[in-house]
Amino acid sequence: MTEVVVTGLGATTPLGGDVASTWEALVAGRSGVHLLEHEWAQELPCRIAAELAVEPSEVLPRVRLRRLDRSEQIALVAAQQAWDDAGLNDDLEKERLGVVFGSGIGGALTLLAQDDILEESGARKVSPFTVPMLMPNGPAAVVGLEYHARAGVHAPTSACATSAEAISWAADMIRVGRADVVIAGGAEAVIGGLPMAGFSSMKAMSTRNDDPTHASRPWDRDRDGFVMGEGGGALILERRDHAEARGAKIYAVVAGSGLTSDGFDMVQPDPECRGGGRAMAAAIKQAGIDPKEIGHVNAHATSTPVGDMAEVKGVKREVGDHPVLTGTKSMTGHLLGGAGAVESIATILAIVEGVIPPTINLENPDPALDLDVAANEARKVELNAALNTAFGFGGHNAALLFTKA
Amino acid sequence: MALSRDEIREGLSDILEEVAGVNPDDVADGKSFTDDLDVDSLAMVEVVVAAEEKFGVKIPDDEVANLKTVGDAVSFIEKG
Repeated sequence: MTEVVVTGLGATTPLGGDVASTWEALVAGRSGVHLLEHEWAQELPCRIAAELAVEPSEVLPRVRLRRLDRSEQIALVAAQQAWDDAGLNDDLEKERLGVVFGSGIGGALTLLAQDDILEESGARKVSPFTVPMLMPNGPAAVVGLEYHARAGVHAPTSACATSAEAISWAADMIRVGRADVVIAGGAEAVIGGLPMAGFSSMKAMSTRNDDPTHASRPWDRDRDGFVMGEGGGALILERRDHAEARGAKIYAVVAGSGLTSDGFDMVQPDPECRGGGRAMAAAIKQAGIDPKEIGHVNAHATSTPVGDMAEVKGVKREVGDHPVLTGTKSMTGHLLGGAGAVESIATILAIVEGVIPPTINLENPDPALDLDVAANEARKVELNAALNTAFGFGGHNAALLFTKA
Repeated sequence: MALSRDEIREGLSDILEEVAGVNPDDVADGKSFTDDLDVDSLAMVEVVVAAEEKFGVKIPDDEVANLKTVGDAVSFIEKG
């Protein structure tokens, strides 16, 4: 089977404006969550979130910025970093370059802002860039246009599984021979009144407004919901022989991926994690490795009461009771459509660096938690293989298995 | 008091810089919006709306097609 490797990483997150600063903060156990000072947030049940550490306006030219939704800005920033990190340039054959880049919600902030303009000032004042800014394939299209990708630009959307799913499709795109190089990932930026009110009405969000940095606490007895974050990540996936021929550095191998669906409930996770478990099993099967080799799982672990413990059951059943778990959303918040990409980057760097970032705020572990978690402090572990999982509203499940380069 | 052509051109130049990133030094009567200043059709919509606001004029959609150069726009606004 064609081997797919990772040759470039890019990210902008609540912990840092690039991969290096994000990784440094992850390993140090820093929280990116804070109290929202915006006027629109003051009447919401949840007034905490993890906003970007570095504003896209510090990185992108002004005119470019005003024609892109914030999710598209994030996508572009992350993709540019990944592209440069991979040492790619214009010599690449564009007919062999693809993009699979998603967003869970799309340009909701643009939609809301332009609707305000429509109501207040009339149709003529609505920006001509409204549609390309709010369409959910916008981030993928912006990245594809930036690098003139012509093998296909795709935009999977599966809520919080989006960018893990994107990486899986990207690997498939290379495996079936449609592309040599694919820019894969996802971006999300919906920290705003309506999206937050919607999640709050579902009772999905933490209301620990008086203690923001301790609000996201996967597997802790006192977890009370997720904390919204914004950001995104991009990975350069490449056919191994293509990467080797150009002397690229190889971070890791995308050894296997699994995509399944629950067929169970729109928003409730299956308490037995059957669909999530089948995704893990599929990734392991495709990789053709013994589950015992998987030393680490960067879990979806959103800090919600049901989901966190369901996933533990899935890991135990499909991988075993040996892997060291972590939930990096304890620090980044939940990047929704950007989560799978940023957490895949964390998983890959854990293999490369031999360090598992901590799950912070795990003060009183849930009594049912019987797996080893890198609680509160980073863990040094030699890793040959590690798994990243992502599950989304709608019952979408993705698992990605990375192995040492 | 009516604005002079120079004042209108300067105002347009500010708009072009703001919405389309056009260098003010490049703005002159003979310059074509699309061919010389890289103002595409979507950006032109923004320029028109901003110009209407700034100069208090109405630029009908069927008139926009005739405004090919900076000079065309300055003349239209000058007529009010």
